[in-house]
Amino acid sequence: MDTLIQFAYVASGALFIFGLKQLGSPATARRGNMISSLGMLVAVVAALLDQGIIDYQWILIGIVVGGVIGGAAARMVQMTAMPEMVALFNGFGGMASLLVGWAALNPDAATFTLVTIILSILIGGVTFTGSMIAYGKLSEKIGSGAVLFNGQQVVNSLIVLGILGGAVMFCLEPANHMWLYLVIALSLVFGVMAVIPIGGADMPVVISLLNSYSGLAACAAGFAVNNNILIVAGALVGASGIILTQIMCKAMNRSLSNVLFSGFGSGKTETTAVEGEIKPITVEDAYYVLEAASSVAIIPGYGMAVAQAQHVVKELSVLLERNGAEVSFGIHPVAGRMPGHMNVLLAEADVPYDQLLEMDEINPRMETVDVAIVIGANDVVNPAARENEGSPIYGMPVINVDQARTVFVLKRSMASGFAGIENPLFYKDNTRMLFGDAKESIGGLVREFS
Amino acid sequence: MVAAEVFLTFILVLSIFLGFELINKVPATLHTPLMSGANAISGITLVGAISLAGTGNQDLSNWLGAGAVALATINVVGGYLVTDRMLAMFKKKEG
Repeated sequence: MDTLIQFAYVASGALFIFGLKQLGSPATARRGNMISSLGMLVAVVAALLDQGIIDYQWILIGIVVGGVIGGAAARMVQMTAMPEMVALFNGFGGMASLLVGWAALNPDAATFTLVTIILSILIGGVTFTGSMIAYGKLSEKIGSGAVLFNGQQVVNSLIVLGILGGAVMFCLEPANHMWLYLVIALSLVFGVMAVIPIGGADMPVVISLLNSYSGLAACAAGFAVNNNILIVAGALVGASGIILTQIMCKAMNRSLSNVLFSGFGSGKTETTAVEGEIKPITVEDAYYVLEAASSVAIIPGYGMAVAQAQHVVKELSVLLERNGAEVSFGIHPVAGRMPGHMNVLLAEADVPYDQLLEMDEINPRMETVDVAIVIGANDVVNPAARENEGSPIYGMPVINVDQARTVFVLKRSMASGFAGIENPLFYKDNTRMLFGDAKESIGGLVREFS
Repeated sequence: MVAAEVFLTFILVLSIFLGFELINKVPATLHTPLMSGANAISGITLVGAISLAGTGNQDLSNWLGAGAVALATINVVGGYLVTDRMLAMFKKKEG
């Protein structure tokens, strides 16, 4: 029987791998997700057949409670709220690994097992509280800015030392529960400390990293309970999170340590004098320009999500196409609050995915674009990243909307973006500012067309 | 006979490399579903939690296991459903 269960785990691992492979293309992604969930089902059924299980009562209660909560959350969440949802799920995964590590503790465990137990508690704990803070910031239940204070590095170093010391003592004296509790408490505190100094605009990096941690925590738990499938699946998730983290960092031209420790946009930005003046435009005038345009690029940012404007944006793009214009969407890798955030919103609004262009695809053709419409994006279209060496985002790859013939920037007011950086784009000769709520402005354009 | 630790570490290292290879090929447009799908997979902790929650002992370990089962199930069920919901929306241009 036990051999059978182990073989079921092998099958389940293969299904995960095959499922992830299919996730690599939009055409097969949905099937890939199904295959991966089938792998999960196989693994869970195999685990339930384990002869060591005497009492199913608590397992069933746990599964029912978790299933109802998870199912309800998945059904009700709005697409604009995906980042905080994923953060929350990451946190639960981390907590589950912490609990498994803790529960796996028994007095006569070998040192290797003790090390993996403490690792799963440590990573799980950091993932849990880190994700909760990320959730709070993303849902704006707490301030989304970077929280920095004097001596932060010192405090963090002390916490890390405390965790290391506690972990070593725990492995030496597993019977003394004080060390265990110390590591649990400090891990939870460290998760909070690690995420508070990171500002809202850097959230895509944090979410990817926490995603990776939740996988690594599962991995460590797999070592603790001596289970292959946890290690395989956890490692796959860990690797995927690390890759996404890398992509996000590259898209911001910053190193991971810079994102994690510098508290970006926390007031140390130097202001450079920007020349030119702001030229506002009315919806009506914007309509006349758009009506004459034969090529339009739409560049959405987090502001589109906040204004829930994705559906009117789609309407506008259809009207423009009917008017004979070629419409494309330019998506910056870090637009929004998680990797691929904009793509999901536009997919929700029925924009076909082949109309969405990545930054490297849209930039070469920007000079032939008549009108670039920037909706709620700021830093990802900031030409200072290209031109101004003193700018804090200098060197970050951006979408070069300023090279289009005309740029419309939809913006609530002149307040600077999340990162608090002045944007010279707004002052360029070919830029027109369309002030107001993005949804209303675009709705106005749609009405002008119809 | 190779020691269990070595065997498990071997699996870990190979899986990490496999993960890198698999994920590197995923296009940017699918990054959000990829992340929530990966998240669902990280709910695999459920498998470890099940055996700990079913010992029949009314001890701390059992309660911790039961809590882990509930949390990991949220992750699994929620993660897969929400990923499916997202992926159902991705459409190619018709005609």
